[in-house]
Amino acid sequence: MAELLKLEVVTPEKYVISEDVEIVMAPGTIGEFGVLSGHTPFLTSLKPGTINYKDSAGKDKIIFVSGGFSEALPDRVTILAESAERRRDIDIDRARAALDRAQKRLAQGKADNINFERAKASMYRAIERIKIVETRSL
Amino acid sequence: MATLKEVQSKISSVKKTKQITKAMNMVATSRLRGAQTAMEAFRPYAEKFSEVLGNIADKAGDGASPLLTPREEVNKVNIVLMTSDRGLCGGFNFNLIEAAEKLKDEKVSQGIDVSFTNFGKKGRDWCRNNKLPITSEYLNVVGGKFGFNVASTSGQELIDGFLDGSFDEVYVILANFQGMAAQPPVVKQLLPIPIIVPAEAEIDDDTPYLAEHIIEPSPDELLNEMLPKNIFIQIYNGLLETSTSEHAARMKAMDNATKACNDMIENLTLAYNKARQAAITMELMDIIGGAEALKG
Repeated sequence: MAELLKLEVVTPEKYVISEDVEIVMAPGTIGEFGVLSGHTPFLTSLKPGTINYKDSAGKDKIIFVSGGFSEALPDRVTILAESAERRRDIDIDRARAALDRAQKRLAQGKADNINFERAKASMYRAIERIKIVETRSL
Repeated sequence: MATLKEVQSKISSVKKTKQITKAMNMVATSRLRGAQTAMEAFRPYAEKFSEVLGNIADKAGDGASPLLTPREEVNKVNIVLMTSDRGLCGGFNFNLIEAAEKLKDEKVSQGIDVSFTNFGKKGRDWCRNNKLPITSEYLNVVGGKFGFNVASTSGQELIDGFLDGSFDEVYVILANFQGMAAQPPVVKQLLPIPIIVPAEAEIDDDTPYLAEHIIEPSPDELLNEMLPKNIFIQIYNGLLETSTSEHAARMKAMDNATKACNDMIENLTLAYNKARQAAITMELMDIIGGAEALKG
């Protein structure tokens, strides 16, 4: 069995997880990356998306992050996110409502203003949340 | 000498006041616990964040971000004043407002325009009464339950204001929670961001050699993404500290009030007993006097 590394997901409001895992896959801004034990020190920003990891029992797990930063060291990975949710904690109705709202705003807005960018970001977050809930329940 | 009835009604009114102050003390105690838990939950994030930020700030080039660059001429300053929404917490708000006034007077004497961003009703009311310009106000935040989004919304507004030239400097005034007895006001500069000093890593013989971090996309870009978040973190931290301090201050104030009520009740009871005894003695003297007179 592969050596384990420690995965920590932290948000300003709470510690989401802290456990030993085999592998972590995370959505970096310039591409998804995977971390195994013994990784070289690596720092990147994250875009909204999913973190996949395999826990010490070999079970696949999935977490939503709204973007943030990740620091990988040989023996641990720390994810700093503004918000992060396990699949069962995702509020799907709220995500759908947010998606709806963002799309309406995008339909009216002009491409160059800040609100447009914000609506786009909120749309991505909503889509990612919905994707996590729906892909697993298939 | 107060009549018996007067003293009695005074006692019962003080007792009722005591019930209220005692209840407020207990409410503040339980809220304080909640606020402290939130502060503790935030600490790991803040610590990790500043560690990573220090790491990058070291590698990024000078002038990597406009948020770091001080303005040559400072004409407009925004002060973020954090106070509570409600009173009955001793000198808590007074101390914060005093600190704000001092900073404002200092800036005004240098010919700088000062505007305010208010968290909390007490500070806002003070600004209104003194006819000071308010750029935005957030009520029902301090002392209650709030999420990180409050900090990021208000922080973004300040950053936008700084970048478009509405303010040249931004300060924040918050209550630093040092413990149950001390919550002194603190003034911090928020923008431009003061120089970030990377935390000194402890290096001893056991520390294994670590290769330098690979940074994606690039140190400058990553720094530009982290700096606004750093502002949000400062604001969130300020809100947490001010909330905790508010509850601690209210607990103390209400504890004192309850003690004062106890003293008053004791004194009044003494006065009541004295008055009652005096009345009884008077009556006895009357009766004895009457009896003596009948004996003749």
